[in-house]
Amino acid sequence: MCHQTVSLVARYLEENGLPTVVMSIARDIVEHAGVPRCLFVDFPLGNPCGEPYQPDMQRQIVAMALDLLETADGPRTTVQAPFKWSKGEKWKETIFTEEQPFLEGEAYDNWVKSKETYRQRKSEGKL
Amino acid sequence: MDYVRYIDRTRAYYQSQGYQEPYRWAHFEDVPFARLTKPLSECTLALVSTSDVAVRDDNVEVQKTDPELMVGNVYSISSDTPTDRLYTRQEHYDRNATHLDDVNSYFPITRLHELAAQGKIARIAARAHGVYTAYSHRKTLTVDAPQVLKRCREDGVDAVILTPV
Repeated sequence: MCHQTVSLVARYLEENGLPTVVMSIARDIVEHAGVPRCLFVDFPLGNPCGEPYQPDMQRQIVAMALDLLETADGPRTTVQAPFKWSKGEKWKETIFTEEQPFLEGEAYDNWVKSKETYRQRKSEGKL
Repeated sequence: MDYVRYIDRTRAYYQSQGYQEPYRWAHFEDVPFARLTKPLSECTLALVSTSDVAVRDDNVEVQKTDPELMVGNVYSISSDTPTDRLYTRQEHYDRNATHLDDVNSYFPITRLHELAAQGKIARIAARAHGVYTAYSHRKTLTVDAPQVLKRCREDGVDAVILTPV
């Protein structure tokens, strides 16, 4: 959902003349929404700017994103960062599966609560 | 291995959890496109993120438990805030594969300062902005995004980099 939110914000800024680049892990969500420039980083949700405590990698990835501001010729430009997650790609098989719940405990409770809050405020006409 | 299709994966996952109504992801045919009006090296750049970054030991503008935040909102922090005072309250990430202990892996403020020092961009805008995810696309587009634009214009921003968590 956060990928959708940044995509919507990027679209609004562009409509108002401000160039943007989205750093994205969930490539499909960003491309489904439709953004001008997307740097796709094929890493687990949480680290769109490079692996933790890898400043050189992070700097290269962020620089690639900035380059897109100058090099993209038109909307829906997606470029993939040339890095692979150093601990393998097992996470791709397990994310959002029944074997590995995405949210547990307090995080799950907070998610349910936020959805209830949304429904309530919507029913009150406060959105 | 090919990249994960999160729209398909989450649809199947939440159906298995008993949620029958699939989430309707935002979709647009037309995509706006704005060009830089000057070289990148002369641009003021703003960082915008949904990573829920907050300042440690600060009188933070917003509290996680505020119901307003659960339906979207925008807040700003100084771009000069030392990184060791930043942390995230974000819970939605792949906690089995990684962690959010390194702020620069999702909120690359130090990296942007370094790239500014190298001359890649002119400067970082005075403020970075946080956006909370709203369940309503309309709320994001009609309330939160305009607020981000307003703050960027106040800071003389030429371009924006966005990072989701």
